[in-house]
Amino acid sequence: MTAVTEAAPGGPGASGASDVPPVIETRGLTKRFRGGQLAVDRLDLTVPAGSVFGFLGPNGSGKTTTIRMLVGLIQPTAGSATLLGRPVPRAAHAVLPQVGALIEGPALYGHLTARDNLVRYDSADPTADPRTRRARVGEALDRVGLTAASGKKAKAYSLGMKQRLGLAAALLRPRRLLVLDEPTNGLDPQGMREIRALVRELAADGTTVFLSSHLLDEIEQVCTHAAVMTRGRLIVQGTVAELAAGTRGRLAVTTPDQGEAARVLKGLGVVDLTVRDDRVSGELPTGEGEPVDPAEVNAALVRAGVRVRSFGVERVSLEDAFVALTGEGFDVAG
Amino acid sequence: MSRADGGTGSGAGTGAAAGTTSGTGAGAGTGVGAEAGVPAVVGGPPGAAGARGPRPWWTLGLFRSELTTTFRRSRTLALLGVLAAVPVLIGIAVKIQTGDGGGMGGGPEGGPAFLTQITNNGLFLVFAALAATLPVFLPMAVGVVAGDAVAGEAHGGTLRYLLVAPAGRTRLLLAKYASTMAFCLVATLVVAASALAVGALLFPLGEVTTISGTRISFGDGLIRALLIAVIVAASLIGLAALGLFVSTLTNSGIAAMAATVGLLITVQILDTIPQLHAIQPYLFPHYWLSFADLLREPVHWDEIVKNLGLQALYAAVFGSAAWARFTAKDITA
Repeated sequence: MTAVTEAAPGGPGASGASDVPPVIETRGLTKRFRGGQLAVDRLDLTVPAGSVFGFLGPNGSGKTTTIRMLVGLIQPTAGSATLLGRPVPRAAHAVLPQVGALIEGPALYGHLTARDNLVRYDSADPTADPRTRRARVGEALDRVGLTAASGKKAKAYSLGMKQRLGLAAALLRPRRLLVLDEPTNGLDPQGMREIRALVRELAADGTTVFLSSHLLDEIEQVCTHAAVMTRGRLIVQGTVAELAAGTRGRLAVTTPDQGEAARVLKGLGVVDLTVRDDRVSGELPTGEGEPVDPAEVNAALVRAGVRVRSFGVERVSLEDAFVALTGEGFDVAG
Repeated sequence: MSRADGGTGSGAGTGAAAGTTSGTGAGAGTGVGAEAGVPAVVGGPPGAAGARGPRPWWTLGLFRSELTTTFRRSRTLALLGVLAAVPVLIGIAVKIQTGDGGGMGGGPEGGPAFLTQITNNGLFLVFAALAATLPVFLPMAVGVVAGDAVAGEAHGGTLRYLLVAPAGRTRLLLAKYASTMAFCLVATLVVAASALAVGALLFPLGEVTTISGTRISFGDGLIRALLIAVIVAASLIGLAALGLFVSTLTNSGIAAMAATVGLLITVQILDTIPQLHAIQPYLFPHYWLSFADLLREPVHWDEIVKNLGLQALYAAVFGSAAWARFTAKDITA
């Protein structure tokens, strides 16, 4: 259903392709600021239609600059970018009405009420119908749970409420793409859960969501795809499953017979064995041949008389994958 | 590619047409037309299906939004309050002085124009108040509003959301300039209206003696007063464009306001240095007080026309500069 609706708008640009064209595509996108600082370096990013795309990277890695180039706020130094199949920033006026954005936190008019803030942003869009404005503003406020506080001035709002209001501004109209830069920033755990539910709901409706976040488990929970940037360069992109699979799970055995267990495991081709207290862990063999079934490994251990207290494959979190990729965790890039 | 280029023009037309035919007009070829059907499918609120392509009268919404945003700011209201208070102060001062029985015989040489006539005719308080506020208070208020127009939004971060909406940089700048000019007019009218009210309250009203010595009816005098207010407002157009240009140079609203007001004061000082008489006719405040010529019979239009021409020149030059700067600017705030 969504695939059909997504295919139609591709229309003129990609009539030849059988696939749905990507919602965001950049080729060699580069931004060098006037000071000479290379913020984004030859970025080739592809965001498939209908995905929930997590955009990861340490602070200062060029994520926000990339987002700003995508929505036409910053002129790229080199390279090209297309949004919904149209070149940006040239065709920005045509595509942006279909893009909702939350960039670097919300920005509001403190002297206006929440409702009037949304009215202001909506009247900035020349393609938004003023006749439906009130209804759409009300709906957006309702969607982020701000209806009760909609008459309050924005300066009286807490950070979390501002964040919700910023999100409401992105949802003023039905969008084909939502660009959300740190959408759960400043929210309490309950608010975060609501936002995640909202993102899933929007994605289920066929909206592509491009989500930048520092919270890796958040990305892991909601995203289908992800890309990682450091120092202005894209290191990797793909589905979240692929990324997590990139660093394999470790086999962990708890046993009083560590020596014997290590010997058996080594015999089965398990590498990188470490023994700590009563725990033996290692990486399952990969490469050519059939992958080793952990169940077979366990059976072999038991056959060898190893008393196994616990046995399992520790799932590698996206955070481990991320640290493995960037080699630095979340330190600020210099 | 040619399709993308034609986006603005043809998109507006065909987008609207496709919307009414439930948006299946992808065959029509233009990108905007093809995209028209999507919001309806994604499940928007009723009426969104036809909402593609900018309609001319919808774009006025931004101007209206600019106006309400500007005039609901407490800073703007405070500026207007100060402007409204100036005629009250002048009126009361004149009333007290004449109330002492001293008459207006000796004193008023150093004061603003028209001060002496106020006791005979309250309408002259309008002219006196405009003459008193035009050199400093009015342009300062305009400098604050114009300087804050773009830089203030950049500082608050709201600029990026307006542009992503997408307001369109040229359209946003035009809306900002239009609302700044509207502020010029409102500010001038506030001074005039307050002066008229105070003048009517404290002094008699009646026939108006023009500078040329002839007498015109009170009704004619009122019309002249209104015309003068409009000319005074128009005198501020050049400064408004200058302020808007300064506003596109920085991301700090305060810096832009200070720079604009600083420029205003500098230019006013230059206008008083006799050695600089060669450049003075090109300084935007040079002909400001020419509005008094409207009180002659017949009206002397020379300097008024020069003033308006100069304002138009400033508006063209600094308006273009602001546009060139703003449309090419990287929005990083």
